[in-house]
Amino acid sequence: MIGWIAKLGDGLAKGAEGAGYALSLLSHSGFQVGALLRRHNRESVYRQMFVCGIQTIPVTLIVSIFTGMILALNGGISLSEIGQEEIIGRIVAVSMVREMGPFMTALILAASVGSGMAAELGTMKVSEEIDALDVMSIDASRFLVLPRLIAMAIMTPMVTIYTNVVGILGGAIISYAQYGVSFALFRSDAFEYLAVKDIYTGLLKAFIFGVVIATVGCSQGLRASGGAIGVGQATRKAVVTSYLLIIILGYYVTFIFFRLDW
Amino acid sequence: MEIAATDPQPTREQNPVVTLKGIHKSFGDFTVLQGVDLEIQCGETLVVIGRSGTGKSVTIRHIVGLLDPDQGTVSVFDQSYAKMSKRARKELSLRLGYLFQSGALLNWMTVAENVALPLLEHRHDVSPKERRERVYEKLRLVHMEDAGNKYPSEISGGMKKRAALARATVLDPEIILYDEPTSGLDPVIANTINELIIHTQEVLNATQVVVTHDMESAYKVGDRIAMLYKGKIIAVGTPQEIRTSENSIVQQFITGSTSGPMSQDEEITAS
Repeated sequence: MIGWIAKLGDGLAKGAEGAGYALSLLSHSGFQVGALLRRHNRESVYRQMFVCGIQTIPVTLIVSIFTGMILALNGGISLSEIGQEEIIGRIVAVSMVREMGPFMTALILAASVGSGMAAELGTMKVSEEIDALDVMSIDASRFLVLPRLIAMAIMTPMVTIYTNVVGILGGAIISYAQYGVSFALFRSDAFEYLAVKDIYTGLLKAFIFGVVIATVGCSQGLRASGGAIGVGQATRKAVVTSYLLIIILGYYVTFIFFRLDW
Repeated sequence: MEIAATDPQPTREQNPVVTLKGIHKSFGDFTVLQGVDLEIQCGETLVVIGRSGTGKSVTIRHIVGLLDPDQGTVSVFDQSYAKMSKRARKELSLRLGYLFQSGALLNWMTVAENVALPLLEHRHDVSPKERRERVYEKLRLVHMEDAGNKYPSEISGGMKKRAALARATVLDPEIILYDEPTSGLDPVIANTINELIIHTQEVLNATQVVVTHDMESAYKVGDRIAMLYKGKIIAVGTPQEIRTSENSIVQQFITGSTSGPMSQDEEITAS
């Protein structure tokens, strides 16, 4: 019993230590945003934006189009029973923009980009490259973390917009093919019910998710130790932690904006 | 077993630029350093030898501030790390160069970009043209001027070390530390690295600390050799003094004999 309590306490302490490190890294990097005035730092951001945004477009395309198709298919099954297929547009659009777009984008980016950040920085840590930066008096949080953080904060909402558009398009195709809802009707219904608040809360979520994925990925990578096994563990932890935070924070943003009606 | 330490007999003027006093360092339950005392004189090349896992790398990591001692003081240019501000540490680090065992080049940058990095970060007054000239001057010194556009994954282990040496010296540091510079290299390339260490000392007139267990390299590059054993410096002297040392541990190490006082030690596994 005592051993079990000790393990629980140890686990909680490690979790708190990890969270503290991640928050410290986030604030330390965020305060160095002025470094972006220098060209070579901006170039690092552009390189990371390419990795976060452009390189994830193919997988985002497939996931988002099928997400929209699933929403339309499922929504259509229920709505056709009561003869209301013509309102599929609003269901797909609101679901994508408010929830599924940022959520699916964040999951894709956590699995591809966040894990990549943890693996890359973890490998740099165990192969002494982080120490080399330290010896050269180059702050790793400014040199490595800040470009990734900025790139993810910008690109996650951008990719979310793309996901939303493609997802709604997928929904429109299924609505027409399976339930005979014309594109014009789908579009007019979707735009009529889609509120500005749906758009900005969705993009706010995407922004938060982007910051979370970059912070978790970088902090896990920079804390990696013990060679290849340590890098593997850091990568796994980065993905699991990001997924948990995306779901938990996603719930609270929805709750704050749509339940408390901010 | 009595361990006799010889008195340090520097070949240069007594002017220590690095002083380690009573350095103790443990990692968890594993004690690595148990009171290292060492002075490194201005302009000399001091080689630290010892078995794998005795704490040679740990010792020089204290000199660049990568590790803080559990006990004892590390002073560089008469400034103790313990009393140094963050800014002073940064300024000091620009006067030091460190060659990592693996080279530790950043993989997404070309060799030239790696060498240019310290200049880009710390010498904002240097124009791009000057920076390029300086980078290629350093690459020429290590015979790598044709490999500037290659990525670290495209070059051999020896070339990585040479490129890392160019990066370590691009700010013309006053102290250069080498962590196992010849390990994992064939004898010809290892000798090239040894000659580069000597040449770098001549060109920059820098103080150098070389960590190695390659005795051929130690004799060739060292003005003095210090032997680390069981967390302490047990002998310091010129290469000739070390060769003729009567200390049985030193003799066993330099001859590589399997019988002697070190044979009774447990296998050392931690680095």
